[in-house]
Amino acid sequence: MGEQPVIVAEHIGKHFNGFQALDDVSLTVSRGERVVVCGPSGSGKSTLIRCFNGLEAHDAGKLIVDGRAMAADSPHIRQLRQDVGMVFQQFNLFPHLTVLENLTIGPRRVRGMARREAEALARKYLERVRIPEQEGKRPDQLSGGQQQRVAIARALCMEPRVMLFDEPTSALDPEMIGEVLDVMVDLAQSGMTMVVVTHEMGFARKVADRMVFMEAGRIVEMSPPEEFFGHPRTERARVFLNQILGH
Amino acid sequence: MRAPRILGQRVVAVALYAAIMAALMWSAYAGAQGMGYNWQWYRVPKYLGSLTEDGFQAGEILTGLGVTIQLSLTAFALGTVLGAGVTALRLSGLVMGRAISVVYLELIRNIPLLVLLYLFYYVLGPIFDLGRWSAAILTLAVFHSALISEIFRAGIASVPRGQWEAAAAIGMSRAQAFAYITLPQSVRFMLPPLTGEAVHLIKSSAIVSVIAVAELTTVGRNIISDTYMSFEIWFTVAAVYLAVTLVLSFGISALERRITPT
Repeated sequence: MGEQPVIVAEHIGKHFNGFQALDDVSLTVSRGERVVVCGPSGSGKSTLIRCFNGLEAHDAGKLIVDGRAMAADSPHIRQLRQDVGMVFQQFNLFPHLTVLENLTIGPRRVRGMARREAEALARKYLERVRIPEQEGKRPDQLSGGQQQRVAIARALCMEPRVMLFDEPTSALDPEMIGEVLDVMVDLAQSGMTMVVVTHEMGFARKVADRMVFMEAGRIVEMSPPEEFFGHPRTERARVFLNQILGH
Repeated sequence: MRAPRILGQRVVAVALYAAIMAALMWSAYAGAQGMGYNWQWYRVPKYLGSLTEDGFQAGEILTGLGVTIQLSLTAFALGTVLGAGVTALRLSGLVMGRAISVVYLELIRNIPLLVLLYLFYYVLGPIFDLGRWSAAILTLAVFHSALISEIFRAGIASVPRGQWEAAAAIGMSRAQAFAYITLPQSVRFMLPPLTGEAVHLIKSSAIVSVIAVAELTTVGRNIISDTYMSFEIWFTVAAVYLAVTLVLSFGISALERRITPT
């Protein structure tokens, strides 16, 4: 009997004012697994991973994260969120804090860690995302790529069991995408469980254990990357892949 | 329709402005002379203060100013607390909290300040045993709390939603996210309008002279009834208000430049 999966979504659904954002979505993510979610915009992929840490509340089905039921009104939602790291498209760093403070505020205020200990932890992860020299700067003094790497380090400082990435490179200038993806590849190779919403298919080929293709709130196709890129089963996935790889 | 081009030139514009102002001031002066007004500016300084052997003695106007400042500070502090409370209710997500705050805001915003003062002094005063001083402070605090709460709400709303999400994503409670993330960022949006509100409060504090609280305006009126120097004293009182509010505005904008990260 193996370990229990990190995320189990069973038939989950979500409405926004009559719009069906998620429709009967089931997905299981095992420990150490890397899942890449792709699909056209508005297909529900961001909504799906935002449900995984309770930023959105699903309104149908069952969602178990790290062995516990996840719902926006779960009494243990804060505990759950500490174990689920999130990286946003717009970085969402705290602009009034230095890089180091951005990293230590979670461990200190949420985990109650002492300052020195939290700073040591923060420096370890800044090293890991390869910007140890920027700790005294404010986010707006960094490039987009550096900001996103700080955001990854901030999530890692909570030592999560799974990392969620919501289009982490979509807001970046093209020349900065590589440095962020490199950090994510590193993280994948270290064995971190990851669910990544992205259109970076090169990254997906390199690290994904499984590809999930969504459209109109549903999972249309789910397969290993060789199969997904080599022989997509559905016409919609073929059209999508042609659009983003075709030129 | 556009003004003739010559009016747009700097020299012409300034000269024209100076000419119009001079004409207005001359006509006011001539009018005053014409009614035989007896200017006695030399009697004014002693109402501001005087130097004696024991050092500087504040005159009645400066003492009145002290009362105005004390009144304004107390009312502003209380108004800030009330405003924060109303904002908290409004953003609480509680049905009754929202309703109470909306009714409060509409009520206060739509009653004239003078009527509010009469309500506190002549109606609530006898019922709750409020003196002039308490009625004055409560009136100013309640009146300005509505505007202060609006400033708080706008300041909090100006922090992007992603900030709250990022705080929630690392496991912060709503209270922690507010204290460590939202509030520190909204302060710099709140400071300029709060300064404006403080200036507004100092000016509206003059209205409590109608219930004879011994602040700057009341003192001015008392001096005039003793000396009949209405022109000199009203000019002086206006200049004192102006000086205080200008110092406040410039002080706060200097502070703002210091705390705004560049």
